[in-house]
Amino acid sequence: MNGINTGDTAWLLMSTAMVMLMTPGLALFYGGMVRRKNVLGTIMQSFIALGVVTIQWVLFGYSLAFGPDIGGVIGSLAWAGLNGVGPEPNPDYAATVPHQAFMIFQMMFAVITPALITGAFAERFKFKTYVVFLLLWSTLVYAPLAHWVWGVGGWIRGLGALDFAGGLVVHISSGVSALAAALIIGKRKGHGHEHMPPHNLTMTLMGASLLWFGWFGFNGGSALTSGSLAVSAFVVTHIASSAAALSWSVTEWLHRGKPTLLGAVSGCVAGLVAITPGSGFVEPMGALVIGLVGGALCYVAVNAKGRFGYDDSLDAVGVHGVGGIFGALATGLFATTAVNAAGANGAFFGNFALLKAQMISVLAASVYAFVISWLLLKALDATLGLRVTEEEEVEGLDLSQHGESGYIF
Amino acid sequence: MKKLEAIIRPHKVDDVREALLEAGFRGMTLSEVKGVGRQKGHTEVYRGSEYQVDFLPKIKVELVVADGRVETAVGVLIKSAKTGNVGDGKIFVLPVEEAIRVRTEESGEDAI
Repeated sequence: MNGINTGDTAWLLMSTAMVMLMTPGLALFYGGMVRRKNVLGTIMQSFIALGVVTIQWVLFGYSLAFGPDIGGVIGSLAWAGLNGVGPEPNPDYAATVPHQAFMIFQMMFAVITPALITGAFAERFKFKTYVVFLLLWSTLVYAPLAHWVWGVGGWIRGLGALDFAGGLVVHISSGVSALAAALIIGKRKGHGHEHMPPHNLTMTLMGASLLWFGWFGFNGGSALTSGSLAVSAFVVTHIASSAAALSWSVTEWLHRGKPTLLGAVSGCVAGLVAITPGSGFVEPMGALVIGLVGGALCYVAVNAKGRFGYDDSLDAVGVHGVGGIFGALATGLFATTAVNAAGANGAFFGNFALLKAQMISVLAASVYAFVISWLLLKALDATLGLRVTEEEEVEGLDLSQHGESGYIF
Repeated sequence: MKKLEAIIRPHKVDDVREALLEAGFRGMTLSEVKGVGRQKGHTEVYRGSEYQVDFLPKIKVELVVADGRVETAVGVLIKSAKTGNVGDGKIFVLPVEEAIRVRTEESGEDAI
C-alpha cells in the first residue's frame, strides 16, 4: 500500500523508541554528576522536555522544521497541528514509511537536544524560566536549524553539507548554546573552592549506557530505511563510541595517572557525538579514527575549561560542542560514496568541496545558535530571571524548585 | 569508671569487637566518623577537577570500664587495632561520674 515498506517502518518505530529512551538516559547521566541535593532538579530538566517539546512539535515545531520551505530558512505553518501529516509517506523525506513515523522519529531528536544544554547550567537554573526557555529555544533555534540542514529547500542542505544524524542540528546547536548559557548565568556558588564531586557515578554509568543503546536508533534510524545503510551507521556508531571510551581513558591515564569510570563513560558519549554527522557516510576505519581522536580531543577540551573561567558544570560545551564540531569537520574528511551514494566524497577521497561545505555549515550553525541563545537568555534573565536565589541554590533544586528529595534514608 | 574512646581503622572493627568480647568487655558503642591526622588523605579527579580529600573514614569505639580494667582494655584495643602503619588511630581515656542501667536502675560499676 502506497509504497510503505513494513521493514523500514518497523525499524524506524523501534529507533524512535530507542531515541526516546536517550532523554531519560541523559537525565541519569547528568543526574549522577551533580550533588545529591540537585539530583531530581537535574533529572527533571531533561525529563520535562518529553512533555514540553512533544506538544511544541505536534502543534507547530514539526511544521516549522520540515514543513513547506520559506526562503530556505524556515518551514511554513502548513503542517501545524500535524495537518496533512498522516499515514501516506512523504517521498521528500522518507518514501517507504508513513509520514507520521518520520515525524515522531524527528520529534525525539527535538526533545533531547535542548536537554543536552542543561549540563552547562546545572544546579542553579530556575525551573519556571527553564520551561519557557525550553519552548522558545526549540522554536527559535532548533526548528530553523533543523530546517536549514534537513528540510526540503533548507539552505545548508542545498549547500551540499552532510549531517546524517544531527551533528549540526543536535550537538553543535546544543553545545554552542550551552556556552552562551554558561557565560550568561555565571558560576555556581562556591565554584572553584567548594568540593562539588559527582554524587553517584553508578547512575551516570547507567545513563551513559542508555545513551549508547539509544544512539543505535539515533544514527541507525537516520537511514530511514532498514537495510545496508542502517547497518553501516549502526556499526560505525559502535566502533567510534568504543574507540573514544578507550582513547579518553588512555589519555587520562597518561595525564593523571589513573583511568576513571567517569572518563570512560564521558569518552563513549564524546565518540557517539563525534560519529553522529558522519555515521551514514564513513567506513569502519574512518569511524575508528574519528572515535580515537574525538575521545582524546574532548578530554583535552574538558580539562582546558578551567583556563577559560566559565562553569560549564557537566561539560555540555566540551563534549557536545567540541565533539560535534570535530565530527562535522571529520565528515568532510572521511565521507565516501562507497558507503552512501547519496552522500559525497570527503577530502581523503579527493574532494575538498565537501570539507568547505562542512566548514561553512559549522560556522553558520554555531553563530546562529550562539547569537539567538544569547539574546534569548538575556531576555529571559531580564524578565523572569535565570537563576534561583542564593538561598535556594544552597538548599538545592530538589527542595527549592520541586519540594521533594531524591534520597530519604 | 573510665570511658575509652578509640578511633580505629574501619577494617579493624571486627577484630576489635571480638577481642574485647573475648576479654570480657560486654558492651560498646560504634560510630562511623571522619577525621584528619598524620595519615595523609587522597586526591580525587573528576573530569579534570581535582579534589583533595583530607578527612578519612574511621570508626569510633566507645566503652566504659571499671577503673581496675582500664589497662586490660587499652591493651586489648592496641593489640587488635594495630597494623603498625600511620593511621592506626588513637585511644582516649576519660573519667566517668556515674553509670545507670535503665531497666534495673542499678548504678556505678554494676551498671556497666
